[in-house]
Amino acid sequence: MGNSLKGLIEKKKKDIIRHWFEATIQTYAPDTAQFYKGQKDEFANPVGNTTSEGIPFLLDQLLNDFDSEAIKSHLDPIIRIRAVQNFTPSQATAFILKLKEILRDCLSDELQDAARLKELLAFESRIDQLSLMAFDLYMNCREKIYEIAANETRNQTFRAFKRAGLIVEPSERSRKVKGVKP
Amino acid sequence: MADETPKPEELIQIDHRPPKTDWMDVPVDIRKGMYCYASNPKSVEYLGLPNARQWNPLDEDWQLPENWQEIIHEGFKERLEKFRSFRVFMDICVRCGACADKCHYFIGTGDPKNMPVLRAELLRSVYRNDFTRMGKILGKINGARPMSLDVLKEWWYYLFQCSECRRCSVFCPYGIDTAEITIMGRELLNLLGLNIDWIATPVANCYRTGNHLGIQPHAFKDMLDFFVEDIEEITGVQVDCNINKKGADILFITPSGDVFADPGTYTAMGYLMLFHYLKEKYGLDVTWSTYGSEGGNFGFFTSHETMKRLNSKMYAEAKRLGVKWILGGECGHMWRVINQYMDTMNGPTDFLEEPVSPITGTKFENARSNRMVHIAEFVADLIKHGKLELDPSRNDHLKVTFHDSCNPSRGMGIFDEPRYVIESVCNHFYEMPANTIRENTFCCGSGAGLNAGENMELRLTGGLPRANAVKHVHEKHGVNMLACICAIDRAALPPLMEYWVPEVDVTGLHEMVANALIMPGENERSTDLRGEDIPGREVVEEESDIESEEQADEK
Repeated sequence: MGNSLKGLIEKKKKDIIRHWFEATIQTYAPDTAQFYKGQKDEFANPVGNTTSEGIPFLLDQLLNDFDSEAIKSHLDPIIRIRAVQNFTPSQATAFILKLKEILRDCLSDELQDAARLKELLAFESRIDQLSLMAFDLYMNCREKIYEIAANETRNQTFRAFKRAGLIVEPSERSRKVKGVKP
Repeated sequence: MADETPKPEELIQIDHRPPKTDWMDVPVDIRKGMYCYASNPKSVEYLGLPNARQWNPLDEDWQLPENWQEIIHEGFKERLEKFRSFRVFMDICVRCGACADKCHYFIGTGDPKNMPVLRAELLRSVYRNDFTRMGKILGKINGARPMSLDVLKEWWYYLFQCSECRRCSVFCPYGIDTAEITIMGRELLNLLGLNIDWIATPVANCYRTGNHLGIQPHAFKDMLDFFVEDIEEITGVQVDCNINKKGADILFITPSGDVFADPGTYTAMGYLMLFHYLKEKYGLDVTWSTYGSEGGNFGFFTSHETMKRLNSKMYAEAKRLGVKWILGGECGHMWRVINQYMDTMNGPTDFLEEPVSPITGTKFENARSNRMVHIAEFVADLIKHGKLELDPSRNDHLKVTFHDSCNPSRGMGIFDEPRYVIESVCNHFYEMPANTIRENTFCCGSGAGLNAGENMELRLTGGLPRANAVKHVHEKHGVNMLACICAIDRAALPPLMEYWVPEVDVTGLHEMVANALIMPGENERSTDLRGEDIPGREVVEEESDIESEEQADEK
């Protein structure tokens, strides 16, 4: 494995993770980025800590199992946060594609070798895949937000009608009596 | 999510790092999902507040009066002269940054202008320009800037992104209460008619009808009657419910939200059961009021005069009914108003007695002056003296954690009473991490009138630190119920949980109390107050029973 792309990434893993985290956090305003990076208490800083925990895990998944459920467990929390913050869809998910740039920079010498380059192309396909998963998660979150807002409004209106006596619900029992299928 | 989806050609040029610009040079961007709709002019007019008109925060023109700058300047001046704390808070901040990362809105949104120091700086910059010599001479170098339309819009946008929770003030070495700066800022905005409708309309409703939802007395009574029916169905006991009863021992006032919105309604049912129990066992006579039918006070988020007007009905109603003292339900900001301002605003309370529990003899000395007792304190005292018969195993399917609501915790120091009550009525209680509870508690993200539907992103980002701590105890201990003692929490936390920790539900304290309370003459309970089966106690209906009932129905 020593000279394979995977081995090379493993060797520089620490640096790659640092750069990837840095690039993700730099999408926030400078003062905010400083706080998200600096505060290590996970309860005082959920955004920074969710990101710093997720990134090494995702790199590991890209290198090894690439298991969608495992990826979701760490990608969803990051995307869930970015989906409610002040980002466009591309800004919210772009940090994943950023990894390509980081790998090219960190491994510029090693990638002179055509065999490594070929491996990199395959690895980049995984990154693309991860990016698409992020977009799906992002959309789930956005839909959830609208669903929550819509349900809140619906429930308020529905209850007001119900309490004004304008709604009569068919009871379980009367359904049975009339032979109507639920 | 930001509004503009970039075009492909723009996408190529995007640098995902924001520019390094001084905060004063970052123009305000009023973003959908973060702001609440403008106040309805009818509500503003009803209250006799100035400049009632239809306006839209997204419009360039906010239809301000011609002399609006003068109005703000004069209003600022008047408040600096009237409120010493305001002037002190304008002057003494050394911008040490201790508060900067303590605000849930900053932590969640990542917007630097939500750092409490910067939010306060929005006002301070104008203060320096208008009222200090150094500011006048040095201008921007001294952190001063003149009031302009952009500055006004920035005030409005960010002062309605503060829930006045006061977490930042816990960390300020000078004791600056940034919530008070927000309160003053909102007062100034109200001089121009710049309120949000989620506040303005409830205030108008409350002023007219007695509660935020505008429920008229007969509808209020109907709701309580519904609860009485539901309770009878669940427990077999028909509870008494006094309404507007003259000569009762105690007047009970609670937020109207709990009478009309789930899951608060179950807490309201809990109150009814508790009062019935106390009447049966100890002869205590508690009355509700359809006039004093609101504990909350959104006037507090408008101006101190409006707060006083809405609050005055509590004492007026207590006087009219001739009760001994007032008992207050589970609410957040209601208690900051009661604990800190009510007596000064609408006292003296010489027509009431100093509150003593007639059942235990406990004197509530902390309420000696305002004569209003918190129900968590009252019930904790009853339990401590063994006055309530409880079966906590009925709550065994719940793994409970407790969210300290900002105002009762930081505003009046209620920490242990609700915990004592929970541990008496439940067998599984788990605390969230220490830096997220008690005086360090994180806001629900929807306080101070910000629990509207249109600002959902603000609510979800602001509530992230709270939800994150709930998620931790959910994953570690299997917590499935988040208890709280605030009606806004009960409205705000369910959507927050649905987004961040969907496995966790929300309850009020007295819903759990009532589920555990053994009522005299009650049937064996198979369901809780929500009508949901209590695991292990479900009634299995025999097929033949159903059939015979159906036959009876058909006849």
